Amino acid sequence: MTQTDAIDVKYVAHLARMQLSDEEIATFQSQLEHVLVHVRELSELDVEGVEPTAHAVPVHNVFREDAVRPSLDHDRVMANAPQARQGLFMVPQIIE
Amino acid sequence: MSEEYKVSIGLETHVQLKTRSKIWCGCANVFGSEPNVDVCPICLGYPGTMPVLNREAVKLTVLSGLMLGCEINRYSKFDRKSYFYPDMPKNYQISQYDKPLCLGGSVEIEVNGKKKTIRIHRIHLEEDVAKNNHFDGASGVDFNRAGTPLMEIVSEPDLESADEAFAYLQALKQILVYGGVSDCNLEQGNMRCDINCSVRPESQEQLGTKTEIKNMNTFKGVHRSLTYEIKRQIDELRKGGKIYQETRRWDDEQGVTKAMRSKEYAHDYRYFPEPDLMPVVLEEAEIEAWQASLPELPATRRQRFISEYSLPEYDAGVLVAEKAIADYFEQVAELSGNAKAASNWMMTEMMRVLSDRDAEIVDLPITPAALGALIKLVDDKVVNMPGAKTVFAELVEQGGDPQAIVDAKGLAQVSDTAALDAWVEEAIAANPKSVADYQGGKQAALQFLMGQVMKASRGKANPPMVLDALRERLGAAG
Repeated sequence: MTQTDAIDVKYVAHLARMQLSDEEIATFQSQLEHVLVHVRELSELDVEGVEPTAHAVPVHNVFREDAVRPSLDHDRVMANAPQARQGLFMVPQIIE
Repeated sequence: MSEEYKVSIGLETHVQLKTRSKIWCGCANVFGSEPNVDVCPICLGYPGTMPVLNREAVKLTVLSGLMLGCEINRYSKFDRKSYFYPDMPKNYQISQYDKPLCLGGSVEIEVNGKKKTIRIHRIHLEEDVAKNNHFDGASGVDFNRAGTPLMEIVSEPDLESADEAFAYLQALKQILVYGGVSDCNLEQGNMRCDINCSVRPESQEQLGTKTEIKNMNTFKGVHRSLTYEIKRQIDELRKGGKIYQETRRWDDEQGVTKAMRSKEYAHDYRYFPEPDLMPVVLEEAEIEAWQASLPELPATRRQRFISEYSLPEYDAGVLVAEKAIADYFEQVAELSGNAKAASNWMMTEMMRVLSDRDAEIVDLPITPAALGALIKLVDDKVVNMPGAKTVFAELVEQGGDPQAIVDAKGLAQVSDTAALDAWVEEAIAANPKSVADYQGGKQAALQFLMGQVMKASRGKANPPMVLDALRERLGAAG
């Protein structure tokens, strides 16, 4: 396995908004590299002529018709809001 | 002499689709409800909820692509675009990454009489996100907008001025409204865009460094911000400075663009295929059926108005600008059997009423049938033009039947020779000086006498007959 396509655990953790200690980073770095080695075995297969797919099941065009159905009652919608004001979910100030 | 600069602008235009329900759930796709009323666990982004694609959203996106001459991808799929922001609690937006519904296409624009083709790069379908309201020290989130089907139309960087960007947006809006895919109501946020703008010395082949201006919601704002940004970039380069690739925000009050803190926008979206949605496979027959259902587009319709109704190019352009007005005109033209008169009424009286009242034509009480009937009354000499204008004013206020209004207001034109002759004699007797002037060669005096007759008839005399009677009585001008 080459180092060039190694996972940058620290960066990925930041993208996922996860706070990891240096020890955790080292642990996950090694574990994830093992996963990569395992997955990389797939590249040994000859996939010449096989179309890339986004889904393992051969199902497509799962649609719903454009019809309105009742929404959730507003009080129930807001029941999980840590803070609400004027019917809005209140969150820390968003800086634009 | 400093070098001239070339400008390259690309627009990413977000258009909310006119569906009844949202893209993944059955919540209503409406504007103006109380906050967080048209929501459910799916559009609130709750874990474990499953989206199901609204068929109509796919259809409207494909229709847009067909109208813009795009190639329709027979195989299309959805992807997750990861980011953290309170407008999307599931922390990703479902969008399309490598297999959008439409590719290529173009929009024709015209600026200062110069026609130009602006290429479209792609159109993809995604979900709109929640709307943030800003308070002092906190923000409030309303999810009614979350899950509105949103089409993103990405142009190539073919636009070379603020005027061209403005014309492009107008042309795009016209086409989309014609096709019924969106109302494109800017006040309601139906159409919003991000601008990519760069400049480069004329001698330079390769595009300059671009900046992005995010979230513009008026065409005027796009024009103003570009006018500012283009000058800012050129001034910067002229004085030996450098343009940084960054996201800028338009401050409408101050009329300037400002750099946003770039760190917050250093996104890495980590797109990956959406496992909860199956790919969309479009059949040839389905696309052909949609193609056949497309309405006539504004540019084609304008040409047809010119050839079919012999309208001047300018008039045809004004009449087709809005589909409702063009439809109205065609009905009036057909019902009256007089396209020229229909166009005259539309171009003058109707346009004035619409602009004075800032009204939509469909909201006026006057129907195409009524205006058509009124034109016929004029053509049949039942009522003259001054009388017809009175009837029109009444129709605009209250609607109704033109003939009934003519009767009720006593506006019927008098074409009875005896009555006309009496008024003509009266006018001649009372105005000997005008008579002498006319006979001495002053054409204007005839108009005066004509006015006197119309006055005596209280506007009801048949004007061409009055003119004939006067000429006959006074002889040709000397």
